Amino acid sequence: MVDDEHELVSALAERLSFRGIDADWVSTCNDAIKRLDYKLFDVAILDVKMPKMSGIDLKRALQKKCPTMKFIFMTGHGSQEDFKDCCEEAGAGYYLIKPVDIEALINKIKKVLKI
Amino acid sequence: MDMSIIGKIKPDFWNWQDMLSNSSRPVFKFRRMWKFTVLLMAVVSITPLIFMAVIDYHFTNKAVKSDILLRTSRLVSNTRRTISFFLAERKSALDFIVMDNEFDTLNNPEQLEIILKNLKDTFGGFVDIGVINSLGRHGNYVGPYQLMGKDYSNEKWFKLVMERGVYVSDVFLGFRNVPHIVVAIKHETSDNSFYVLRATLDTDRFYSHLSKIQISGGGDFFIINRKGVLQTPSRRYGKVLEKISLPIPEYAPKTMVFEEKDEFGRSLIIGYSYIENSPFILMVIKQKHEVMKPWYRNRIDLIGLLIFSIFMILIVILGVATFFVEKIHLADQKQTAIFHKVEYSNKMASLGRLAAGVAHEVNNPLAIINEKAGLIKDLFVYKQMYSEDKKLIGLVDSILSSVKRAGTITKRLLNFARHSDLSVETKTINIGETIQEVLGFMGKEAEYRSITVLVNVSDDIPSFENDKGRIQEIFLNLINNSFAAMDDGGHLNITAKCNYDKSSVSITVRDDGGGIPEDDMKRIFDPFFSTKTKKGGTGLGLSITYGLIQKIGGKIDVESEVGKGTSFTVTLPLKNL
Repeated sequence: MVDDEHELVSALAERLSFRGIDADWVSTCNDAIKRLDYKLFDVAILDVKMPKMSGIDLKRALQKKCPTMKFIFMTGHGSQEDFKDCCEEAGAGYYLIKPVDIEALINKIKKVLKI
Repeated sequence: MDMSIIGKIKPDFWNWQDMLSNSSRPVFKFRRMWKFTVLLMAVVSITPLIFMAVIDYHFTNKAVKSDILLRTSRLVSNTRRTISFFLAERKSALDFIVMDNEFDTLNNPEQLEIILKNLKDTFGGFVDIGVINSLGRHGNYVGPYQLMGKDYSNEKWFKLVMERGVYVSDVFLGFRNVPHIVVAIKHETSDNSFYVLRATLDTDRFYSHLSKIQISGGGDFFIINRKGVLQTPSRRYGKVLEKISLPIPEYAPKTMVFEEKDEFGRSLIIGYSYIENSPFILMVIKQKHEVMKPWYRNRIDLIGLLIFSIFMILIVILGVATFFVEKIHLADQKQTAIFHKVEYSNKMASLGRLAAGVAHEVNNPLAIINEKAGLIKDLFVYKQMYSEDKKLIGLVDSILSSVKRAGTITKRLLNFARHSDLSVETKTINIGETIQEVLGFMGKEAEYRSITVLVNVSDDIPSFENDKGRIQEIFLNLINNSFAAMDDGGHLNITAKCNYDKSSVSITVRDDGGGIPEDDMKRIFDPFFSTKTKKGGTGLGLSITYGLIQKIGGKIDVESEVGKGTSFTVTLPLKNL
């Protein structure tokens, strides 16, 4: 999980682990890219708006490193419609709007992994 | 009747001026502008007109008068010449007699009688003839009077004849009370003496010359002597040998013409001429107003035309000024309306940006609160440390529900922000289907609250191009509002129909809820105006709806009665945007 708000992303990761999902979290894009050197993941949950790199660019960078990984986006800003468009363009069909409902997040993860 | 005519022609801006005189905003002074324009145009066009008319009048008047005077003068001159000639002719006759006959012949009564007879037959008018010697004693005489032996030595006329050689007398009542004049000439003899040949003429021929003259303008032609006694009859100023009532004109060597006022104050044109070698003054008197009649008639026409022109000019000026000032007034109103719209748009746009900014900022900490609270709850559930403590769980739950509420608000804010700046995306829309889709979203709530929904879409509404998403949102908002206003068991009526010339479609959403009080009616479309703040209303619903309708080219009207219900009517254009 990647989000520049580390409070947020740490809490999320912990909650996921309570529910049986092994989640790592970082709060910068570089860390995210580096983390892939150590470990491989099934799903990446990315914040769209981050300093230094946009979520979409990060997704492309990560996808190069781990082509089989699936992606889910999170966003804090509204315009549901054009966000959807932009995500579709980027190739991910999955997005969530903050504040995220934990159950909804888990459903999305299951969906994306076709569980 | 009067009032309504004035009411009709009174332009709109006249009253508008009054309406706004109370406001503190600077108001374009239409009434003043109109008055100024009318005044300026009137002065500029009418002043030269009047000026020219006055000049023209003045000069024409002068010309006419001078023409009359000239003609009178010529007439008098011509008549004077005629009369002079008449007298000169008679004098010449006597001169000839004297030249042609010896003194002895003239002294012979029979010869003199023949001469008189010849004179009568040729020249006519001679009544008598006689010879007077140098001592003034009347010698030979032929004629009806008893003049033989009369002594004229002390008479003025004899002295005049001695001096000047010729004498013409005043008219006098002579034989048979008929007016006569005397003509006498002096003949110098070879022995430094002289004698006078004297003849009396009746004035018939004299008069006939005068009366032959055509006079226009009711003029009076007559002869007076130097003492003002009439020698010939006058129409108005007395009979022969009466003194005229007018002042005697002064001596002048030529014909004189001038204007005078008579004893009644009427203007007269008087022409006169002294007839030389006679005691006569020729006079003609014309009434000015009669002579000037044709000019007066023209004058009235001229003035009439002037007045008519001024009237027409004024009407045109008034009409044109009113027309244009009214146009300016309308344009000004439009401009004001546009300014308002632009101001409102700008406000909305910045509100939008503000809202978006706020929402974004708020969302981040909200998200954190959400997750942390969730985590706390998870700790209770998964760690079973505090699972027994109902109170703590309750507190966490309330945190979470508050976050949810805050989330809804930020979502709405972001929605609002989104709508203040995006452009339109068009699709073909069937209004009936669209309404049913929207009702689909509300279906569960209607069922749950026993609200009856009736839809009546007229058959003749064609499909049209517009933004489907926005239209759905508009009706969703309106229907939501209606549901919120109604109690359970209420009724919602939706009707859609075309207007009379198929240029637009009107959709009415009517509920039988609480209604909107009259004071609030003006403000319902204002952003952040809400009567549902207790229930979490943000006051943005109707203002968003209003903005959406504006964006897609429509308009919205509302009618409401407290206690009876509210109806919103949305009118959308059927033609292309």
